[in-house]
Amino acid sequence: MPKEYSPEFVGTVTKYVFVESPDITPQHLSIRAYEISQGVMIKETCFGLQITGMPEDVGKVIAAVREMDPYHILVKDRGFPPGDKRRCRANLGGARPGYFGHEFEMGLLRHISKGLKAMEKGVKPDEKSVNAIIYHDKPLLDTQRLEEIAVSKSREAGTDAANSRTTE
Amino acid sequence: MSKVFIYPSTSLILSDMVARFGHEPLGAAIKIRERIQTPGFDSPPLQMTPEDPKKGLKYAAVEVPAGVRGRMAIFGPLIEEAEAAVIVNDSDLAFGCMGCARTDELVKFMIRQRKDIPILEIVYPSNEDEGLAFVDSIKNFLDGLSAKEVPK
Repeated sequence: MPKEYSPEFVGTVTKYVFVESPDITPQHLSIRAYEISQGVMIKETCFGLQITGMPEDVGKVIAAVREMDPYHILVKDRGFPPGDKRRCRANLGGARPGYFGHEFEMGLLRHISKGLKAMEKGVKPDEKSVNAIIYHDKPLLDTQRLEEIAVSKSREAGTDAANSRTTE
Repeated sequence: MSKVFIYPSTSLILSDMVARFGHEPLGAAIKIRERIQTPGFDSPPLQMTPEDPKKGLKYAAVEVPAGVRGRMAIFGPLIEEAEAAVIVNDSDLAFGCMGCARTDELVKFMIRQRKDIPILEIVYPSNEDEGLAFVDSIKNFLDGLSAKEVPK
């Protein structure tokens, strides 16, 4: 018989707060968040915070935390509450799968932070960078070219086979 | 405020950019939260139920693997709900198993099929100048959405 599932923290939202700043650490963030938190659950992590609570309360805390360093603090939604047995690495062991994605994007945050700061100052991006950012669909391989490749490869294979027969 | 579908749907940068510029990001977390906060039978690990691959039939044929259909039960409704979309192509973090790869292809295909919504297709920046261009392009795109909105 399947077990009955009764969810915890119904009606709440959980947000990740990532900080990649030379001036602010997750500890600074958590102290500030605790100062203004009203019933929200705050968990300090190595990359920032996880905040769980009713949407409006979490929104207030996030807005206040963002003010500390708007260019270096980024926020995203999380589906699971912190410590959920199905996702917490204390139960699973090893890094949580989603963290590989976060790790990849954390490496890019310095570019994004610089971009946000420059944009705030009114700097416009140069044409070369704009072209580099726009996605260009890769052209598909022309069928005639594909045929040429196939024929040249089969010819090469044929010549190799003939050569090996001659040497034998 | 428009609902903006983001791809990769777990992207921190896109989720933050969309929320920062005053719109609502539609990412995977929203649907996952919905599932784990709904009471029912225990179906670990993600509270996906056998019903989900059935719901996915709306988006993928029956011979398509159940993994793809289950994932589409999460992404399909989000794409239908979206009023705009931001796609970051060639993103390393979207790399995954065959189920993920095929779902990603289907998700991008479905977004591109929605001719009624504006779509921004970009790639991740590799230096500071491109970082500025990345942020600037997203801001301009989202500002365009705000301008189109009819005041109530």
